[in-house]
Order: sequence, then structure tokens, then C-alpha cells
Amino acid sequence: MSASVDQSAQGSPALQLHRQLAAIWGTGPGLQRLAAVNHSIIGRRFMATAFVFFAIGGVLGMLTRVQLATPTADFMTPGTYNQVFTLHGSVMLFLFAIPLVEGMGVYLTPKILGARDLAFPRLTAFGYWCYLFGGSILTGALLFGVAPDGGWFMYTPLSSNVYTPGVNADVWLLGVTFVEISALAFAVEIIVSILKIRAPGMSLDRMPIFGWYMLITALMMVAAFPPLILGSILLEVERAFHLPFFDPTRGGDALLWQHLFWLFGHPDVYIIFLPMAGALSTIIPVLAGGPLVGYRAIVVAIIALAFVSFGIWVHHMFTVGIPHLALAFFSASSAIVAVPTAVQVFAWLATLAHGRPRWNVPMLYVFGFFFIFALGGLTGVMLAMVPFDWQAHNTYFVVAHMHYVVAGALAFPMLAALYYWLPLLTGRMAIHQLSVPAFWLVFVGFNLTFFLMHLTGLRGMPRRIYTYTGEEGWNWLNLLSSVGGFIMTIGFALVVIDLLAQLRYGRRVRRDPWKAETLEWAMPIPPAPYNFASIPHVEIGPDRPAPDGLAPSLARGEGYLGFARNGWQETLGVHMTSGAPEQLIVLSRSTYLPLYTALAIAVAVLAMLFHFYLPALAAALVVAGLFVLAGQSAGLSRDYGPLPVGQGVSVPPHTELAGSPPWWALVFTLIADGTLFASLLFGTLYLWISAPNWPPPQTFTPDLGLAFATVVALLVAAAAARGSQRSISAGGTARGWIGLAALGLVVAIAVVVGLIGDIVPRPTEHALGATAAALLAYVAFHAGIGLLFLLSNLLRLRGGFLSSRRSMDPHLTRLWLDYTVVTGVIALGLVSALPALVRSLGT
Amino acid sequence: MIQLGSTVALTGCGGPLSTLSAAGPAADAIATLWWVMLGGSAAIFALVLGLFALVILRPGWGSSVSPARWIVLGGLVLPGMVLTPLVAYALITGERLLPLAGIARQRIEAEGRQWSWTFRYPGEGGVQTVNVLHLPAGVSVDMAVSGFDVIHSFWIPRFAGKIDAVPGHVNVLRIQADEPGRYEGQCSEFCGIGHALMRFAVIVHPAKDFSAALAQAAASSPASTKAKE
Repeated sequence: MSASVDQSAQGSPALQLHRQLAAIWGTGPGLQRLAAVNHSIIGRRFMATAFVFFAIGGVLGMLTRVQLATPTADFMTPGTYNQVFTLHGSVMLFLFAIPLVEGMGVYLTPKILGARDLAFPRLTAFGYWCYLFGGSILTGALLFGVAPDGGWFMYTPLSSNVYTPGVNADVWLLGVTFVEISALAFAVEIIVSILKIRAPGMSLDRMPIFGWYMLITALMMVAAFPPLILGSILLEVERAFHLPFFDPTRGGDALLWQHLFWLFGHPDVYIIFLPMAGALSTIIPVLAGGPLVGYRAIVVAIIALAFVSFGIWVHHMFTVGIPHLALAFFSASSAIVAVPTAVQVFAWLATLAHGRPRWNVPMLYVFGFFFIFALGGLTGVMLAMVPFDWQAHNTYFVVAHMHYVVAGALAFPMLAALYYWLPLLTGRMAIHQLSVPAFWLVFVGFNLTFFLMHLTGLRGMPRRIYTYTGEEGWNWLNLLSSVGGFIMTIGFALVVIDLLAQLRYGRRVRRDPWKAETLEWAMPIPPAPYNFASIPHVEIGPDRPAPDGLAPSLARGEGYLGFARNGWQETLGVHMTSGAPEQLIVLSRSTYLPLYTALAIAVAVLAMLFHFYLPALAAALVVAGLFVLAGQSAGLSRDYGPLPVGQGVSVPPHTELAGSPPWWALVFTLIADGTLFASLLFGTLYLWISAPNWPPPQTFTPDLGLAFATVVALLVAAAAARGSQRSISAGGTARGWIGLAALGLVVAIAVVVGLIGDIVPRPTEHALGATAAALLAYVAFHAGIGLLFLLSNLLRLRGGFLSSRRSMDPHLTRLWLDYTVVTGVIALGLVSALPALVRSLGT
Repeated sequence: MIQLGSTVALTGCGGPLSTLSAAGPAADAIATLWWVMLGGSAAIFALVLGLFALVILRPGWGSSVSPARWIVLGGLVLPGMVLTPLVAYALITGERLLPLAGIARQRIEAEGRQWSWTFRYPGEGGVQTVNVLHLPAGVSVDMAVSGFDVIHSFWIPRFAGKIDAVPGHVNVLRIQADEPGRYEGQCSEFCGIGHALMRFAVIVHPAKDFSAALAQAAASSPASTKAKE
């Protein structure tokens, strides 16, 4: 790594500091790489893996184009074709688009915000392994001919165990949910990191625009993924254990799945787009040679976009039979979403207009973005118009639209970003002779493939058909689309060759080749594992810390934390809004725990797939144990008090502060959890109001006494958690309080399990019973996790990780149990009231 | 390229399943909406790409317009001027296509199953046809659409938009055929292995001959009259 030290700064202080820090932050060689937790390494792995899945998804897409190039082709059987197109969509979305965005966020965010790493390095690594294993299960199924075949949005009842009896749908539900663990882990980690770990002085209004984009994206993920995860769990439970949530013959409703899926699915488009828009907002000003126009307008626009994007999911469901006036609301909001997007597009145009744009390869891809995204946006407005959607829905017009949107929102900005940031990753510049023809092949091939599909769709070709007769007037359109697909594929192959050539033969650069303004260029490139030998103080902004003069002085250790201490991986925590230095964050080191934990989950998933439920449960318990074990090596084992961090500033380590990253991580985790709970409540009420075959013939009379007893037990646990918190803050052992809280939770779990046993109709007979069981199981599950919190508290008390100053743990436990009480009261209340509601109000 | 161009011009909008060769009032109204939106979109696309070309090729060209004005004009005024009338136009068009009570003279039930369509005619003595839908010309018909097993979608592109056939629900779609003749319909929601082949024929009879023609068709095809359940 010494090669990466800046030449001009190779005086002894910089080199000495580099050696000390590299020894602390480095990852070991050989197999020890599997223990890596460093954000640069994990970010690169995320992106490289995403590109491998992109290649797999691309090949699958090409297979569909071969099949459709001519009418009545028998290149593939219908069964194979269904697996291929389902996996093409699932891989591109869940294994390429979202993880690529995550990888970019993991790699770039700390560097742009002036931090040495993300808040929870072990969580970063854990997310990566979940992604890799889940993605491997999903794609590996194709080799055994059991890949998902119900379309990438898995509509029920087609995906139920009646109409898809094999393991195919389970592979999708379990595999995708496994991958989504990484999305939630990423979201929580990015939010906390952006809010708490920035360069001192970087107040929120001085934060580079990229930080705002990632923050809003991550907040959207926290709210968007839980409905999908809940839907997947419920559908898997229906398939495996026959609880009817979506089966219309037993009081379920297929449309509930669609609501839950698109409640995720639509915001997801913006989850993919916003980070790439963040890249564009970072790149365009640099290429234009001037500041970004409309920083505040853009921040307001993306916040508005985030909100509106949760109010338009029904535009995927205009033909399911929802009343027209309700559709009109979603139609209007789908049109309104164009406004914040237009604000950004014109802010970029204005940025270019007010600068002197350079014409180079990233700019070429910016052009491709403008061209393709504009078309995708315009057809999006068309599809938002309800009557037009009645015709175009589920045709190749929609296929064309979504490829224009995704290529415009993701592929072209991604390639612009890649060519822009690759010198940072590799220390080399691109070789333009190859980059330019590669662009044009991709661009022309893409448009040939997908522009014609608009017409194919208008001429009536539905999506997801494996063949056609040849008399519909689709022949030449399909043939040209297939030809275009091959041109595009050649273009992407050239891009890959270009990137490999750059890696090998590109001109070596040692510092910022673009005259950029953001902090990721204020370090020697490629970056050392600690990013910054010392952390800068940000005086001006946004996007103008002027890295040019900064890099050498930072390398000499003239900023914050320009020294090695105790072998700690240190970075600075700041006040959320003002950016004033607040805490010294000591990060965890390399460990195999994330790998082992993800492996245990993989075992659980595979056991579920083969219907080995007891081994699956055992593996889940191992996972729980590993999480508790991970808690045993977090934090510091003694009190330190304020420690100097340079520039004459002293702050306490994060273990001794109330608003430290773990606290905020739990807060945002609970917001995600609360969204999942709200989705479950929504599902219960939705089934009651709109599903067929309600009410069930018999309903139970809830045992109000037992429900009340559960609430009391949960309240006792929450109160005891407060007692333990006070006791530890006062230097006590708190064992009695912890025991009392555990007793309360065990009682609550026992009573809730009893309540589930008393439900009539039985959970397998009718959706009323199934939803009641799901609500009660939610309470029991959270009480069970509460027990793990208490166990961890006990172990960490004994290990000396807690003191009157280091009292974060009981705070976390208290927060978790408070949440359990609140959701428990709501769940028990609804379960108790539901039978009476159904009887008195009907359906 | 020239040959390709003429092929496009010749066969551009035709075809037995083309939404743009409308043969009923609903498809006609939607095709008009499409042509209006296509014109508007082409203009906006040309504007955005033209602006991009200008700011790149003529540096300094747009710098006399203040940044705030760029954003307000392009980000707020332009979408506002385009979207407000468009949403209103689409809403009115959609309202006109709704199956309001008391207007339709025929009600026909359509049930999708893996992988065929069953049509029942309660107003015609409850006869039933499979994979062939008989309609009277010039008469508005309410199709009551449902699914037997999984979700399908009922769609005759030249007459009207589609409506999903959802098990446990009945959705109503109003369609009308202008002229007698043979048309085609198809399932447009993925429903498994046989989805691509789940097409049905539509035979439109002159209104006065409809009952007789339907009775004859039902009688001559025993598969059609027999209920499958």
C-alpha cells in the first residue's frame, strides 16, 4: 500500500503516519480477506458481485430475445422460458440494481463525507455475505431447473402452493428476503453514518449533495423494504404451513400481495434512481467547471420525491378493478412525481449552462442519460394516465418504458459514474479509443431494442409470452429488437474490455484528475484503508472543500486524528446537524463473525427450501446466538473520559455518550420494524374489508383476561428494563431487574402462544385466524428478541463492558421493550376486537 | 433503411390485436389520447435534448438566464402547464368509459381459467361458449370478468382496455364493437405455462341477428354448451 502515498508528501511524517495507520486498518492476506470489514473492500466486492449478476441477468435477457426473435420458435420450452424471464427481472432488480447502488454508497459515502469508515463495519460485511449467498441460491436454482417461474413480481395465486407446487416460488421468496437483509442493513448503516460520522464543521447544509441523496435513499429503503419482506414472509408461510393470507377460497385476497409488493416496488424505482442522480449531481458540476445550481431546490425536490413515491404504487394496479376516482388520485400523484424530477433535470441543465462543459467519456454517458431518461419519463407520464394504461398495461409498451427508466436512471449514470470514479479506485485513467465506440454500441443497441418495443406493445403484444403465431404484425419488430439486443451486448462487452484495459494499461494518476471539489479526491489514490491520514475541518461548502491544497496537509496528519492510538480504528462522530465534533468513534476490527452469521442464515434458508423445518429452526437459533456473541466484542472495556482528537479538541469515546451510533441504529431499525408492523395491520384490515369469503362461519370469543395479562407482563418487563437502566447508571449490577424483565417476557410469550392455540377459525382455515395468528406471533417474536437483549446485557455486564458511564446497553434494551409494549398493545387489541368487529359491522 | 421506413409506414398501426386500429368507441378514445400524448411528448423531448445540445455546444448560451429561473421555468412551470390539462383530459376520458349503471343492453360473464375463457350469456338463456365470444354490433356490453384459478386479464385491444380476472372478485368492463366481423382477444396477465396461447376469438354479429347467431353457435359446438364445473 505504500505505493499509494502521495509523492510530494513522502516526507517522513506522512510516511510514518501511513505505516502506523495501515497496520491498524489493514486486512490480512489470504483467507483472512474473508474477515474483511473495511468499507472500501466491501464496497468494491458489492460492486464487482453486482456486475457479475448483471452479466448473468444480461445473458438471461438475451436468451429471451433469441426465443422471441421469430414466431413459433422452439429454442426454449415454455417452462424454461418462464424461469428465464422471471430470473432476468429478479436478478437485474434484486441482485444488480439495488446492490450496485449499495456498493456505490458503501464505497463512496465515507470518503465524500470525510470519514474513515461507516458506523458499523461488521454490519457492512454481514450485508455483503447475505447478498452473495441469497443471490447464489436464487441464480443457482436455474442450474437445477427449479428457478422461480412466476414473474419477478410473483403474483398470487399463481405463486401459491396450489398452482406452483414445486420449490420454485420458495427459492424466490426465501432468496430475495435473504438478499433484502443486506438492503435493510445498508439502509440503517448509511443513515446513521451520514447523520453522525462526517468531517467536523460539515453541517447538514454544507454536506455534499451526494450525502443528501444517499440519506434520502436510505430513509426510503427503511420504509419501502418492510412491506415486501412482510409479503414474502406471509406468502412463504402460506406455501409452507397453509395459512391463507392470499388464497381467496379461504378469506385471503390475491390483491393484498399486489399492494404489499408495489408498496415496495414503486419507491424502489427511486431507490435505484436517487443514488445515481446523486452521482450526476456530483459529476455534472465538475465537468461543467462550476458549482451545482440549485443545491437547496434539489434537496427539497428529492425529499418531496421520497414522499410522493410512496403515494403512487397503485398505478401498477390500474386494471385490477379499483374504482376510477381512486385511480384518479394515484394518476394525479404519478404525474406530480414528474415535478421533482424535472427540477433536478433543469438544475443540471442550468449547471451546464452556467459553466464551460468539458466533453469527455463521462459526459458522453451524461448525454445518454438525458436522452434515455427523458423518453422513459415521458412514457411514464403516459402510463400514469388511467385510460391509456388500460390499453398499455402488461404489454411490451410497459417493457419498453421500464427499460428506458431503468437504463436512464441506472445504467447510463452508472457508467458515467464508473468512468468518473474509476481513477479513484484504480489510480488509472480510461483509454478513450475504446470507450467511445463502446458507448455508441450500447446506446444504439439499446434504442433499437427498446424503442421499437413501444410500438410492439401498442400493437398488442403482451409481456411474458414465450411465443406468437406470426400473424399479429409483430415479426419484424421483434426481430429488430433482438438484433438491437445483440448490438447492445457487444457494446457492454467492449465496456468490460475497456475497463480491464484501463486497469492494466491506463495512465497512472496520483491525485484528482478532474479538478473536483469533493473530499474523496483529498486523499492519495487509490485510497489507503483508512481513507484520510487525518480528518479535515470543513469551513465552506457545500461541495467546495477545495481538496487540492488539502491532500498533502491531511497526509501529514495536520487534521483531526492524525495519529495512531491504542491500535484503535478511530473516526470522528459529529453533532447531527451542526457538524461539531462530539464523540470519538472506535470501530470494530476484522472478524469472521459476519461470514459465519450469514452462513448460518444460508443453512436456515436451504433447510426451509427442503422443508427441513427443525434444522431450519436450529440454524435460526445459531444465528441468534451469533448476534449475541457479536455483542460481546463491541465497545470498550473501561472508561476513558474525554480524549484528545487533535486541533486542541477533546471528546469522549462513543461508548460514553447517549447519542452514539448504536442508539440511532436501533431507532431506525425500529422504524423499519414499525413499517412492517403497520403493513401487517393494513393487511389484516384490508382482508376484512375487501377479501371474498368473509366473514368466516365461526369466530372465537377472545379471552380478554389473557390478553390483558400479556400486556401486564410486557409492561412489567419494560418497567424492569427502566430499573436496570437506572441501576447500571448508578454503578449497580442490575441482575434482579434483568431477571424480572426476563420473567415478564417469558410469561408474555407463554400466554401469547396459548392465545394462538385458541383462535377460531383455525389459522389454516380462514384468513381471520391466519392474520390473528400472525399478529400474535409478531408479539411473541419481539418478546423473544427482548430476551436476547437481556442475555446480552448480562454477558456484557460480566465482561466489564458496562459501567455507570458506559450504559448504552440498558438504554437499547429499554427502547426495544418499549416498542414491544406499544406494538403488543395494538396487536392484542386488534386481535381481541376483530371477531366482534367482523360480527357487528359485517364485511 | 428506406425500405424499412416504408414498411413502418405501411404496417405501423395495423394488426388484429393493435390498440391503434380501434374498432370500438373505447379503444378509439384511448387511441386519440395516445396520439395527443405522443405529439406533446415529442415536443418536450425535442425541447430537453435541444437545450442539452445548446448548453454543450454553445457554452455561455444559457448563462444569461438566472439559475433560479432555469429551475422554476423548467421544473415547475413546464410540468405544471403540461400535466394539469393532461390529467384532466385523461380523467374525463376515463369517466366516459366507465360501466355506469343502466346504459348497457347486454351483460356477459367471462371467466378465465388455466388456460381458456368461458363466456356465459345470462340474457340469452344462459348459453355458454368457450374461447369464442359472441357480441352484438353497436351495442354496449358489460363484461363481468372473473378468474377461476389464478389471475388472468380480459383484453380485446381493438375494442377497449383490459380488466383483470381476479379469483374471488368480479370486475366489470364496458366494451362495444362498431361493426360486425371477426376480432381477437387475449389474456394479458401472466398465468403460467399456457399464458401465451390463451387467446380467444370474438365474433361480432349484426345486433338483430345476435340471439339467433349465438344460439346456433352454441348448438353447433357441444364443447361450448357444456359447463366445465
